[in-house]
Amino acid sequence: MTAVSVRINGEARSVDSRTTLRALLDDLGAARDGVAVALNDEIVLRSSWDATELHDNDTLEVLSAAPGG
Amino acid sequence: MQPLGGEAAEPGLVIGGRRLASRLILGTGGFSSLDTVSDAIAASGADVVTVAMRRLDPTARGSLLDVVRQAGASPLPNTAGCFTSREAVLTARLAREALQTDWIKLEVIADERTLLPEPVELLNAAEALVEEGFTVLPYASDDPVLARRLESIGCAAVMPLGAPIGSGLGIRNAHNIQLIVEQATVPVILDAGIGTASDAALAMELGCDGVLLASAITRAQDPVGMARAMRLAVEAGWLARSAGRIPKRFHALASSEHEGRLELAGL
Repeated sequence: MTAVSVRINGEARSVDSRTTLRALLDDLGAARDGVAVALNDEIVLRSSWDATELHDNDTLEVLSAAPGG
Repeated sequence: MQPLGGEAAEPGLVIGGRRLASRLILGTGGFSSLDTVSDAIAASGADVVTVAMRRLDPTARGSLLDVVRQAGASPLPNTAGCFTSREAVLTARLAREALQTDWIKLEVIADERTLLPEPVELLNAAEALVEEGFTVLPYASDDPVLARRLESIGCAAVMPLGAPIGSGLGIRNAHNIQLIVEQATVPVILDAGIGTASDAALAMELGCDGVLLASAITRAQDPVGMARAMRLAVEAGWLARSAGRIPKRFHALASSEHEGRLELAGL
């Protein structure tokens, strides 16, 4: 397995290079309604999660609604 | 929800083609528990409730979105915590995807101490988001010129502050708010600085179409009690404005007829 190092919400994590964004989010319990994802400062629409592969040094922000405003 | 009193026909607050029954928009910043959120939404009568977008917390118990929806309100995402146009635009896009709404409360702040809006970044973000089809509700200063510019670039409302976020100082510059109300052709929502019910009523009496507040409720000693007070205050202020107040006079104007008073016989 080739591992790649990605950052998710500020934390470093090592994943298999063939991991899709969908699989990673499933793993985190984050592949649900009310969640949105940015990869390297670009939004990745839910419809593209299955087709998005992760690369070394990718930075992910996984956001959801929280009290505020 | 029906207004609590008065015979005046209430057309409701219409923003971006959508009619809201309540002129009070509730923010959730400062709530310490989801139970309080639910009770406060009910007491406030708000049908739109703002939420921030933050990193997913897998340990969080309960869903704010579920609480808001079960209370019968719609979540309005905001870009709280953004300092630049770029951050705000990305946050708005993420919010749209997460919450499936085109509505965005746009907040771009200049510094942590004052939380005042950064006007240049705000305008840039607003322009970009309007272009992308968002219904933009911008949190702005009480500068009538900025308000006019935000409206001209296509914002669905203008939301001038009364005073800095969380300060509870009320409406610092009523004259500016009146100038904004006078010139606006989109709804004016007083947003930020409200401390107590009389501030909210004043905003409506000055001609604002609605009020957005969070801290005044979330950080009150009795948030649910204050939510009820704010609901009444916003309605009272709107009714008073509609009823046409008396003008302010420098001298007195007797309310009783002069004719028919007794005259002493002088005995």
